[in-house]
Amino acid sequence: MNIRKLFVSLVRDETSQSRKFFLSCIPPLLAIFGFFLLCGIVVYLREQDALEFYRIILLSGFASLDDFGYVLFNATPLIFTGLAVAIGYKSGLFNIGCEGQLYVAAFAAAWMGMHLNLPVPLLVPLCIGSAMIAGAGWGAIPGFLKARYGAHEVINTIMMNFIAFALMNYLVTSVYQEQGQMIPQTPQIHEAAQIPRLASLIPILPQSNPLNVSFLIACACVVFCYIFLTYTRWGYELRLVGNARDVASYGGINPRAVTVWVMALSGAIAGLAGVAEVMGYRYRFLDSFSSGWGFTGIAVALLGRNNPFGILAAAILFGLLNKVALDIDILLGIPRGLFFAGQGMLIIWLVCIEGISRKKNDI
Amino acid sequence: MIFELIPTTLRMSTPLGFAALGGIYSERSGIINLALEGMMLIGAFGYVVGTQTSGSTWIGLLVGTSFGLAMALLHAIATVTFQAEQVVTGIGINILALGITEYLSPPPKQVDGLPHWELPLIGSYSFMVYLLPILMVASHTFLFKTPWGLRLRAAGESTEALAALSLSRTKWQYLGILLSGLFTGIGGCFLASEVHYFTKGMTAGRGYLALAAVIFGNWRPLSGVSACFLFGFATALELANRWNIPGQLLHSLPYILTMVVLVGFVGTSRPPASLGKMKS
Repeated sequence: MNIRKLFVSLVRDETSQSRKFFLSCIPPLLAIFGFFLLCGIVVYLREQDALEFYRIILLSGFASLDDFGYVLFNATPLIFTGLAVAIGYKSGLFNIGCEGQLYVAAFAAAWMGMHLNLPVPLLVPLCIGSAMIAGAGWGAIPGFLKARYGAHEVINTIMMNFIAFALMNYLVTSVYQEQGQMIPQTPQIHEAAQIPRLASLIPILPQSNPLNVSFLIACACVVFCYIFLTYTRWGYELRLVGNARDVASYGGINPRAVTVWVMALSGAIAGLAGVAEVMGYRYRFLDSFSSGWGFTGIAVALLGRNNPFGILAAAILFGLLNKVALDIDILLGIPRGLFFAGQGMLIIWLVCIEGISRKKNDI
Repeated sequence: MIFELIPTTLRMSTPLGFAALGGIYSERSGIINLALEGMMLIGAFGYVVGTQTSGSTWIGLLVGTSFGLAMALLHAIATVTFQAEQVVTGIGINILALGITEYLSPPPKQVDGLPHWELPLIGSYSFMVYLLPILMVASHTFLFKTPWGLRLRAAGESTEALAALSLSRTKWQYLGILLSGLFTGIGGCFLASEVHYFTKGMTAGRGYLALAAVIFGNWRPLSGVSACFLFGFATALELANRWNIPGQLLHSLPYILTMVVLVGFVGTSRPPASLGKMKS
């Protein structure tokens, strides 16, 4: 397509797909811009050099391959939780329970990795599979309660989060704690269950870089979700139940069954975030390892407009933000809380913008 | 044995009770309020900062409560005026409150608690402990015995009824959310005043627990606050840790009970009819 034609379609043609895509990109970009502007203003008000702040932001993630590796490493769990939230959202379900699901899944992976001593081609799929099943099970319970009894999934996933935290805390402090350790963590998993670091495959990446193959799994998961949602029958059913429940019923789809399997699928994907942690990074289960990935996943899904590739981009942005937050803390002495606050503001702006556009469409 | 647990139960359940009352006002007006956690946290933060800078616990209480109100105002603007998704807004506010309080974290200096009142037979507790039952009864009376309460509930039950009386749903929902911020902020103040410090993320899920109590208590002030006493008792049992029950089981008991109630195995749980629904 030539540039002129593209331009015309962006400006004039109301029905064009590229125009729609272009317009849908504006709110997230504006929100990100506003976020950085706000942070800059706060830094300026602290009487610190705002330009230095922006320079650090730009350099923090892209100065070297090592830095970018950290960004992608930070992004990995967020890709999974973002996809998990988006899959639920597409069928009209809020999965607030990613946090609990990823803990349960992480523990399942750690348990298998600790107790089974099998060759790599058997053990790795077994660990990942059991983690996904655990996550799916933890997600399917609220889904079932919603489908069968009409109990709101938001409340139930929140309750399941707290139950998961308590259960994990019990298991890791009373049953499976590593001998002679004060830290609430399990013993290390077998070497065969460890996912290799990318540094061992790419020689130019320093050995200390924690980026591992689970990032590639995350990318594969993005492609899988895109194809699943766009081109498969199940993806169609899922979206139809989300957009027009009655139509779905007329069309012979059972919305209740869809509710249960969507929550299970969402939980399974969220569980992969736990896999990335246990098998890819720490090689053991550490109590309360997640720094709110399940909740950040909501922001990631919102920012990525529930599109798998958008989520990939948004997760990388959040990975960058986490890295920047650390660097700013070390180099300029600005507490990381600033970035959390900004993240909260970002979420609120995005939902407000979405709300306004919904309001406009109604009239 | 049980009597020994009463002081802890009261101290644990009072912040929950205030937050639960707050949750009831918001949810009765039709707005899901997951922001209780953030409002409580910022309330606790405000109390400590206010007390540290002014030296007076009353100013601290005022600051904490107004911080809670400010968060509530943000929630109201987003969800009512801009019709934003209520669940997501609530979570956004929680992250925002966590960030603000971490960014501006006050120096770890001990602050005075709110005054304790000595009552015969009962003992010496913060006056807030006595305030809670009064506010509970007042809230019940307000919601179920006055025309204003009826209107606030109508905002959450039937938009048509309000429209027929040519009353604005927006106004009543703002009132509901702001009351929610007021009460939850007070709950946060109490929490900080008993601990004497502010620590990062000190609410530790109490806002969500209060929300569970709201549902457990079927969106009614009397039973909602009673649920808080039950949950507070579970925490007291957990802290006393005298039986060989894993503390984590007692800790998750309120959450399990809430799920059971929500599913409808025990009694009937019925949320306000248009809870979480947008205008239109």
